[in-house]
Amino acid sequence: MARHVLRRLIQMIPLLLGITILSFLIIQLSPGDFLAEIRLNPVVSQETVDQMRANFGLDRPLHVQYLRWLSNIIRGDFGYSFAFQVPVLWLIKSRLLNTLLLSVTSLVIAWLLAIPIGIHAATHQYSPTDNLLSFTAYVGISTPTFFSGLLLLYGAFRTGWLPIGGMTSLDYDLLPWYGKVLDIARHLVIPASVLAFLTVAGLMRQMRGNLLEVLRQDYVKTARAKGLAARVVIYKHAVRNAINPLITIFGLELGGLLGGAAILENVVSWPGLGQLILDSVVRKDLYVVMASLVIGGVTLVVGNLIADLLLAVSDPRIRYD
Amino acid sequence: MAVPLTRRLPQTIAAVQSVAPRTPAQLAWRQLRKHRLAVIGGVILLILYSMALFADFISPYTLDTSDRAKFYHPPTIPRFIDASGRFHWRPFVYDTQLVDPGLRIFREDHTKIYPIRVFVRGEPYRLFWVIPTRIHLLGVDEPGRLFLMGTDGFGRDLFSRILYGSRVSLIIGILVVAVTLPIGMLYGGIAGYYGGRVDNVMMRIAEVIIAFPAFYLLLTLSAVLPTNVGCTTRFYLITLILSFIGWAGFSRLIRGFVLSLKEREYILAARAMGLDDLRIILRHILPNTSSLVIIVASLTIPGAILGESGLSFLGLGVREPCSSWGNLLTAGANLVNLSRSPWLLFPGVFIVIAVIAYNFLGDGLRDAFDPRLRTS
Repeated sequence: MARHVLRRLIQMIPLLLGITILSFLIIQLSPGDFLAEIRLNPVVSQETVDQMRANFGLDRPLHVQYLRWLSNIIRGDFGYSFAFQVPVLWLIKSRLLNTLLLSVTSLVIAWLLAIPIGIHAATHQYSPTDNLLSFTAYVGISTPTFFSGLLLLYGAFRTGWLPIGGMTSLDYDLLPWYGKVLDIARHLVIPASVLAFLTVAGLMRQMRGNLLEVLRQDYVKTARAKGLAARVVIYKHAVRNAINPLITIFGLELGGLLGGAAILENVVSWPGLGQLILDSVVRKDLYVVMASLVIGGVTLVVGNLIADLLLAVSDPRIRYD
Repeated sequence: MAVPLTRRLPQTIAAVQSVAPRTPAQLAWRQLRKHRLAVIGGVILLILYSMALFADFISPYTLDTSDRAKFYHPPTIPRFIDASGRFHWRPFVYDTQLVDPGLRIFREDHTKIYPIRVFVRGEPYRLFWVIPTRIHLLGVDEPGRLFLMGTDGFGRDLFSRILYGSRVSLIIGILVVAVTLPIGMLYGGIAGYYGGRVDNVMMRIAEVIIAFPAFYLLLTLSAVLPTNVGCTTRFYLITLILSFIGWAGFSRLIRGFVLSLKEREYILAARAMGLDDLRIILRHILPNTSSLVIIVASLTIPGAILGESGLSFLGLGVREPCSSWGNLLTAGANLVNLSRSPWLLFPGVFIVIAVIAYNFLGDGLRDAFDPRLRTS
């Protein structure tokens, strides 16, 4: 297992290099360079700008700039945010944590809900509840997160039951630790339910399909024929095999979740990576954009790796030695 | 009453022999027509696309007609019974007066009714971009106003703008597929057919694009686009970046399919006959991926619609004064606005309906084309 993990990590290197190269190239395409904003500032003199150009290596050829930036990010230095006047890493760290808090919470909720719902729908195929659940799932996968987010915010605004946007209340710093947890949890309800709705819909459809497929297999018939209770057949024999394909699409889900979160964060003002990327894109804060792209890509790649390893743990047929 | 199988069999055989063999496409079509949701989805899409085609005819006003006195006007509901309780066969509306600009309260003027007329003369436009005409499907006499879905902050009719916006939102999905399909098919076809090192290198490149959370890439790429271009140019540029993100995942699917196809006997036969590789890929392998291509295409379109509306919602896609469902919804992003004018959410309803319809159709197509799932 350890050797397999190591091999997978080594295989990831070209992919990670590709991610950095593409991120770098996109930013180069963008009109204006890293110092475009600074140059517009009348307080900053031309000498300062020139000095910054030299400091950041912007007067060098492209490949030198890339290698310099790459060697910096390997050492954990993602450059400097001109808009926020802080190192990029410092900025991204807290934002990434917030995005992960949101994504992981909704992922956990989604799995907890989607599996039992999927099982119910599959074992009651074409029943009224199955039809209702399937239709709801269609609505779920078809509703953009910004629309469902707006709907819930509207509801929260009208009823006053939940905070409308943000991650913390104004008096957050004055609260005791359990108050802080509760405060964030209250702010988490709307964005997490929006993302969970999206993910539950996708997962539940998958689970239903997988389970129906498994229930048609011969070994399920055998299990039924030898007189096992329906519950045992479904939960012990069928469900375990229906869940494995869900783990393989984990990466896909994570990608959708991060993407869905990116728009949603802007709707509900959740201070996450998606909001940061939009802000920096608009402000042309290019080091931040580049770093967010890289971090987003790396998160997804690592998520896929985790999914593969989880699959190896859960499916005894897969052995890496 | 069940007829025993032995007596039914000769008739069945005769019936089968008298019927001409069906092509796979015919079989799939039969299967699709039986799929209730797919039919519903197809019908909804037909309606939506006709609405887009006839947008300037159906809409009571043009894209940028604005009545500054009627900003954030609530939807005017067609009535049958007037203030004095009299019933009218022809639905009508009342004119309104703004009484409180702060709270945006409009009061109906009950002195005069404005019947809703069909085929009325309104602002000039060109039907199908060619025929100049002034006839609109619905309308009321001036100074009455027919705002079926309310107005935005500039007093522009939201229903008209949604109709015009549907052109952008509905067509972008099809354009993206038109760009993505050939690229993805060729790329995936070549990678899968040659296999080995070629495949390895080509797929590593595609994986780089797949490795990003799609929306992050979309956001960044849209920022690279020039902002000082017209609506149409911007629209095509958005199509391009959506395609740039879409082709990679699509080519990976094709590649996996081609890997299994190329071991078939007919490909070996084609090779033994000395056909060149490109011809084998284009003429013998790719046509056999058609079922997969149709399924993926029908599921790519809603993805592109969501991508465009997401970008436009954030102000990075199609911009004012043009309309798309996404950028119309932006007006609702302001909570204070939204709480006073909830009709600003209507464009979102259209997005959801269009995407659901495509998903219905896509699932129906998958069931119809996937012989493994075909039950009858």
